[in-house]
Amino acid sequence: MNWLPPNVSSYGHQVDQLFWVIVWITGFFFFLVQGVLLAFVLIYRAKPGKKAQYLHGNTLIEVVWTAIPAVILLLLTVASQKVWAEIRYPRFAPATSLQIELLGEQFVWNVRYPGPDSQFNTEDDIATINQLHLPVGVPVLVHVKSKDVIHSFFVPELRIKQDAVPGMNNEVWIEATQAGEFEIRCAELCGLGHYRMKGFVKTEPLIDFEAWLRETKANE
Amino acid sequence: MGNLSKSGFSMFGFTVFALALAAGTALAAGSATEARAATGTSSLNGTVTFDGTAPAMQKIKMNADPACQQQHKDPVLEESMLANGGKLQNVVIYIKEGIAPGTYPAPKTPVVLNQTGCVYQPHVFAIQAGQPLEIVNNDPTLHNVNCQPKLNKKFNIAQPTKGMKISKSFDQPEGISFKCNVHPWMNAHAVVTTNPFFAVSDANGSFSLANLPAGTYTVSAWHEKLGAQTQSVTVADGETKQVSFAFKAAQ
Amino acid sequence: MSSASHQKPGFIRKYIFSTDHKVIGIQFLISSLLFMVVGGLLAMLMRWQLGWPGAPLGFMEKIAPEGMPGGVMVPEYYNMLFTMHGSIMIFFGIIPLLVGAFGNYLIPLKIGAADMAFPRLNMLSFWMFVPAAAIVLFGFFVEGGAAATGWTAYPPLSGLKETSGMGQTCWVSGVILLGFSSIFGGVNYIATIINHRAPGMSFHRMPISIWALFTTAILTVLATPVLASAMILLLLDRTLGTSFFLPAGMIINGDPLTAHAGGQPILWQHLFWFYSHPAVYIMILPAMGFISDILPTFARKPIFGYKAIAYSAVGIGAVGFLVWAHHMFQTGMNPALGTTFMISTMLIAVPTGIKVFSWLATLWRGSIRITTPMLHALGFISMFVIGGLTGIFLGSAPVDMYLHDTYFVVGHLHYVLFGGSLFGAFAGITFWYPKMFGRKMNDLLGKIHFWPTFIFFNMVMFPMFVLGMGGMPRRIYDYTQYTGLVHFKDLNQLMSIGAFCLMASQLIFMVNFFWSLIRGEKAGENPWEATTLEWITPSPPPHGNFTGPVTVYCGPYEYSVPGMKKDWQLQTEKPSGNPPR
Repeated sequence: MNWLPPNVSSYGHQVDQLFWVIVWITGFFFFLVQGVLLAFVLIYRAKPGKKAQYLHGNTLIEVVWTAIPAVILLLLTVASQKVWAEIRYPRFAPATSLQIELLGEQFVWNVRYPGPDSQFNTEDDIATINQLHLPVGVPVLVHVKSKDVIHSFFVPELRIKQDAVPGMNNEVWIEATQAGEFEIRCAELCGLGHYRMKGFVKTEPLIDFEAWLRETKANE
Repeated sequence: MGNLSKSGFSMFGFTVFALALAAGTALAAGSATEARAATGTSSLNGTVTFDGTAPAMQKIKMNADPACQQQHKDPVLEESMLANGGKLQNVVIYIKEGIAPGTYPAPKTPVVLNQTGCVYQPHVFAIQAGQPLEIVNNDPTLHNVNCQPKLNKKFNIAQPTKGMKISKSFDQPEGISFKCNVHPWMNAHAVVTTNPFFAVSDANGSFSLANLPAGTYTVSAWHEKLGAQTQSVTVADGETKQVSFAFKAAQ
Repeated sequence: MSSASHQKPGFIRKYIFSTDHKVIGIQFLISSLLFMVVGGLLAMLMRWQLGWPGAPLGFMEKIAPEGMPGGVMVPEYYNMLFTMHGSIMIFFGIIPLLVGAFGNYLIPLKIGAADMAFPRLNMLSFWMFVPAAAIVLFGFFVEGGAAATGWTAYPPLSGLKETSGMGQTCWVSGVILLGFSSIFGGVNYIATIINHRAPGMSFHRMPISIWALFTTAILTVLATPVLASAMILLLLDRTLGTSFFLPAGMIINGDPLTAHAGGQPILWQHLFWFYSHPAVYIMILPAMGFISDILPTFARKPIFGYKAIAYSAVGIGAVGFLVWAHHMFQTGMNPALGTTFMISTMLIAVPTGIKVFSWLATLWRGSIRITTPMLHALGFISMFVIGGLTGIFLGSAPVDMYLHDTYFVVGHLHYVLFGGSLFGAFAGITFWYPKMFGRKMNDLLGKIHFWPTFIFFNMVMFPMFVLGMGGMPRRIYDYTQYTGLVHFKDLNQLMSIGAFCLMASQLIFMVNFFWSLIRGEKAGENPWEATTLEWITPSPPPHGNFTGPVTVYCGPYEYSVPGMKKDWQLQTEKPSGNPPR
């Protein structure tokens, strides 16, 4: 089933896996509760001469239905934590030499590559508006920032969402696994142009990516 | 609370959305034409010159929005400093003092500000206080018109679809700017005047203020990057006087 | 006005500035239902735009010439619509309906008290609520229109004059006032429940609805001051140029803002959600309470696991204070903090599960009467379960990274607040209507209202999960701008049709509500053959509630007691035969 858009990120499959595990677990409880509810309503409809059972509870079954969900949720928390730590804990972030500054502004994404000197805000920077290119197979550290109000960097296919908050430098890493063209969708209400604060993502082989950087610089 | 009747988001809102009468023509000329009847016979002609090397205009990064890029084959350059062979374009020349405000009623013909190919057309214009300004979106993309003047009423409105028009006007004379936040390179500048005598210098730096009554005036020339200059000029009936302004590169 | 009040002093005191908890409860009921109609209509406009983006809606040009010039909606108007829809539904619809209306009406009646502990404070609470709503709605009539920064009003967007207008100031002021109204109500409920219980009404003999309202009141009193303080700070940022939520170095519209420094936008989110997450429980716990009263009544069976249900309400309330930052996983806060909030969020699902299973077990071997309130109660269980289960997706931080701020969240919250709270409210209204007005609502009309509401609700809300999983962000005026979302147009149209039908179905309820006031079947004291104290007094109850002294001898859900002729035992009846637990 393709409820989710295709995944092109290195950690996306872990997110998707977790998503599907939750689909199965919640799906089971969904059908259990709806089924039981419907069955009881049909079976135990009031009939003349039939009295309801005078019953206040049952400790054993109450313990069981407390413990089982608790255990499942605990396991789910552990599994989620593993993926969460891998994606977001700085100590698990892969070493990378490629950094990008993504500066949100009402209503565009300012993209800045540090250029050969690896320093931002120098002469050899490469800057674009709304055009984010990423090399395939190379982890990239993205500095998500904002000039004015809060925005959110969301690329569904890369399974990434990171708010851009003024006054903060939020670092996230992503690694594209396939070439393709995608959209940045702003995911935090930022004003009247929020709905089309749209960026364009192109993931491409490293050689093409570097050629694009040179070309963009030459075109400035 | 007193603004109750002034909000259009409400049921009691005033209808500023009177649709366009007809597509406007060249704005400065259009309004000057209308004012001709009640005016004089003097003229001020001249040129605006620029001393120095004008910086090369940057290419606009149109690929930020494909709807913009598709409309242009060639790269589009910025327009903030257009000095061709020492002649400065896009300078607003207008009578700043010498005519009492209210002498000339505001023309009803609107000044039209187009958004075409994700560029404001015209980039610089003048408009008389009270004269309607019609802002038109000719692009299949969202433009917002963000206008934050100091004295006049601020507004920031979106035009999500092609063909949308809105009408605004300004009460107070001042310099104002328009900006589109979706396409951050888009900006336009205007001078709100108290009379219909204004012009914008063309590619040769020349301008003409016609049909002036005789009198002594403070003539102002305003450029978005280089600021304003004024001169005092006296004209007699039927006289055509030459006036020139010289701007220098900012130090 | 004043001359009228001199001529008829009785009317104003009795129906307008009344201190009788029953009148105040009904005042809250009517006004919150009215506000919900307004909120619903705003949603219809949103659904119009989402179903047919950019299509003109001719008559709206007259109503909102700036918001819908030529009948075509502009984005800023759409932003106002969802902001006001959310704010009205939450602050002026569900909370005053569940807490204001039912809390006021039921608490004294169900615990055997003559009135609230502080009747005047109670009246003040209502009369602060009305101007609060008026001020927030007044935003539509000011320059620039109503607040447009979402019901969450995140600064800097909501904190700067450059990015939000006068309507936002109205919104903030109104919500501050509403906060005080809530606090006054909460204090009153707590004092009443602790001090005014009838002899014999021990805590463990209180109906679950009272446990729920008690927990709700505690949450209100602890959480709302945080909201009110945050709102005051935001108001200062907006009007006096302080920088509580505004950092240095912002550049708005190309102009550097030098006036602000040192603030922290994330602080607002912490303060806001410290209130607003408990507020979700403020909006759902009372509904859970009503369900726990209604299910035993119509299953003719004691509630299964009384203590577990009562304590899980308290548990949800307590843990509810420790989960707020699960709304903020993607803000850039320390990811270790994300871990702790993920744990507490998963934890809160446990007491919620206990309640659902206990309700199901209450039905087991019951003798179920399908009445309108029972249908809504069953609908509540069925829909709330979807709301609860989808919450688990959002509680898992890495999955939330994908789903956060998409339509999945919108679907989730509507299953909780409409599928849960509102079905609970419908159950409550239809259940206690005979007590409030002395006449029953028409049962057939009630069922005719339930089924389309249930079906169309799902038709609108379930596809939201599909949109969210497909990556459609919320608060989007025109999703067709994204090539990856254009294919959702058909689905959105289907949802919009569902929404219009859902709204239209509510007409049936309105007709039933008003028609039954005059023509409804006379109810008598105890039309549902229920057990709790409100059913021992005439309908509607007289001033002072009870005709004589009230003493409680047994628990609240003594149905089908063996050895009894009738299958219900009022709480005031002395036990005979098998002693109840």
